Amino acid sequence: MMDLYSSQRAMRNMRKAAMQRGVIAILDVGTSKIACLVLRFDGPETLRESDGVGSMAGQSSFRIIGAATTRSRGVRFGEIDAMQETERAIRTAVQAAQKMANVRVDHVIACFSGAGPRSYGLAGSIELHDSQVSEQDVARALAACEVPDFGAGREVLHAQPVNFALDHRSGMGDPRGQIGNKLAVDMHLLTVDTDVIQNLLYCINRCDLDLAGIASSAYAAGISSLVEDEQELGAACIDMGGGTTGLSIFIKKHMIYTDCVRMGGDHVTMDISKGLQVPLATAERIKTFYGGVHATGMDDREMIEIGGDTGDWEHDRRTASRAELIGIMRPRVEEILEEVRARLDAAGFEHLPSQQIVLTGGASQIPGLDGLAPKILGQQVRIGRPLRVQGLPQAATGSPFAAAVGLCLFAAHPQDEWWDFEIPSERYPARSLKRAVKWFKENW
Amino acid sequence: MQPLNAPPRDPAPSRTAYRIHRLWLTPMFRAMLRIGLPVVAVLASVGWYFSNPQNIENLQIKAADIRRSIQERPEFMVKLMAIDGASGEIAEDIRQIVPLDFPVSSFDLDLTGIRNRIEELDAVARVDLRIRPGGILQVRVRERVPAVVWRTDQGLDLLDYTGSRVASIGSRADRMDLPLLAGAGVKDAVPEALALLATAAPVAGRIRGLVRMGERRWTLVLDRGQSILLPEAQPIQALEQIMALQQAQDLLARDIVAVDMRNENRPTLRMAESAIEELRRIKGLGAGEQ
Repeated sequence: MMDLYSSQRAMRNMRKAAMQRGVIAILDVGTSKIACLVLRFDGPETLRESDGVGSMAGQSSFRIIGAATTRSRGVRFGEIDAMQETERAIRTAVQAAQKMANVRVDHVIACFSGAGPRSYGLAGSIELHDSQVSEQDVARALAACEVPDFGAGREVLHAQPVNFALDHRSGMGDPRGQIGNKLAVDMHLLTVDTDVIQNLLYCINRCDLDLAGIASSAYAAGISSLVEDEQELGAACIDMGGGTTGLSIFIKKHMIYTDCVRMGGDHVTMDISKGLQVPLATAERIKTFYGGVHATGMDDREMIEIGGDTGDWEHDRRTASRAELIGIMRPRVEEILEEVRARLDAAGFEHLPSQQIVLTGGASQIPGLDGLAPKILGQQVRIGRPLRVQGLPQAATGSPFAAAVGLCLFAAHPQDEWWDFEIPSERYPARSLKRAVKWFKENW
Repeated sequence: MQPLNAPPRDPAPSRTAYRIHRLWLTPMFRAMLRIGLPVVAVLASVGWYFSNPQNIENLQIKAADIRRSIQERPEFMVKLMAIDGASGEIAEDIRQIVPLDFPVSSFDLDLTGIRNRIEELDAVARVDLRIRPGGILQVRVRERVPAVVWRTDQGLDLLDYTGSRVASIGSRADRMDLPLLAGAGVKDAVPEALALLATAAPVAGRIRGLVRMGERRWTLVLDRGQSILLPEAQPIQALEQIMALQQAQDLLARDIVAVDMRNENRPTLRMAESAIEELRRIKGLGAGEQ
């Protein structure tokens, strides 16, 4: 645990240094694309107050000065599969973004979707030494949480205190300075596979970049796609990516659950490729041009040229009706959504006061999804697109960039995590204290 | 089956290209390349060029050539020397001591030196030099005006009113219009001498000259062997007294050899031999009568 503490703290310090320098890069390592955004921080906003326009979600203190995407290679299910390929793809994206921004970036905040995220709810409570809650008390309460045995080869990605309770009062955001006897804390812990993080770290280091932060892309997508009241009242964000579909549940502006389904848009493409006997690239093109999940009578008559380059005229002049295509796509999309439903049920989503579900990510652009999703996920479903942030190119404002934009917001306004609080004094190694005492005795 | 066309080019930059691009985006590196490198290159090439003494020499020769060609433009050439205010003889002297080989560039003329050399001439009181447009070296000379003739062992010199020598003359007869001075140390006392001569204007026709005695006082010499010995201090007042006596009693017309005014409390007359005898005779007559 101390190891994680130090590495996460090091990352936080690096992020601070990057913000001081004013430039930081955002890297979304996805299965189908790798996006790199270069942010420039203009410092705390001072002029905005007089304008009478407050900042929207606090994102106006930075500006995106470089953006680039490239086709992802070597990534499967949101995890790095072929390291050299991924490194090249990251290099391509970073170089293009740097070129657009015309500035060199050294620090990067990355997010990825795979690695089998698993959520744990932790609770801890302490008796207060004196009646007032101090920083040390918060730290002790966090340290008192009983950490579950999440197994070897797992690493904590996020550990956010979600709720504080002082005696009988619960739902406190910040208990510091308040009077009570017993401080209890609920914490959301997210673990992922260590190997995946190690691989990503290695790839980023190979590109001469320093990792200044790491986040789950389901979390990042939730930050950018859920509007403020949805985050407050409770909502689920479903980030339908290429290789995985991530889901994150928010309430009271805190993420309380994250999971991911290892299916996504690429599987739809694969189905089309297999069903129509076409190469993957053609299948992807057909999916994006003609795809859908609701067949109508018109679709039976709309014939799609499938093509091919075998030289066999009959084979190369094949056509398929759009209804056939929809017939291939719909079961897979339904399967994904049903799996998501199952995960939500497992998480106890139906007990939340609000049943709002927001679909985002590249695969949420399938026409007719807004008709299909309510049948599986419930009535309160909407297709979301990320928040508008300053300087984002028009091409990068769509739902495929939900995670990247969310990561920008995450960089500008990071949520308090466990390691941002003070280390409880009991945790300091006793030897160093003894040494300090000895030094005092010798010198005074 | 092998694909017929070559696989598409990998869009990813190589690790080297990526690093170079990042290096290029480093502000310090860019500044070094944009400013530092040209400066270093220029300094190095200049230093290399000047490390060869032959090159320095060539450059100096070139510079001298250019300088020469500018100086020798016709606008800067002096073609002749015009002398104003000098009589023919002095002008000739000036031309002799300023041996310029016209035409000469005005940059090569050392006007101060030339002026000093001309001013070394005794006959020249002051000289102004200037180069007039049109390439003429204008020499404006003010000559010294001879005021007195000074007789020395070597011969006769003409002096101006300040005592500076003007010229020599062969004989006194050449400048009969000027008074004659004699004795050592005259040069410093010419103004005083002139003032004395002016005071002695009533007997101007009789003055033979002024003699400086022992470099300290004057003796005014008149014809008929008369002389007036003037004191060292306030000689003019003494002379004025004598002139008053002359006007009142016609002193100098009498038979006296010298009027000694050296002691202001006791002016003395020295009479001629005959006059003494005459005086004795008259006194004797008086005595005889008694």
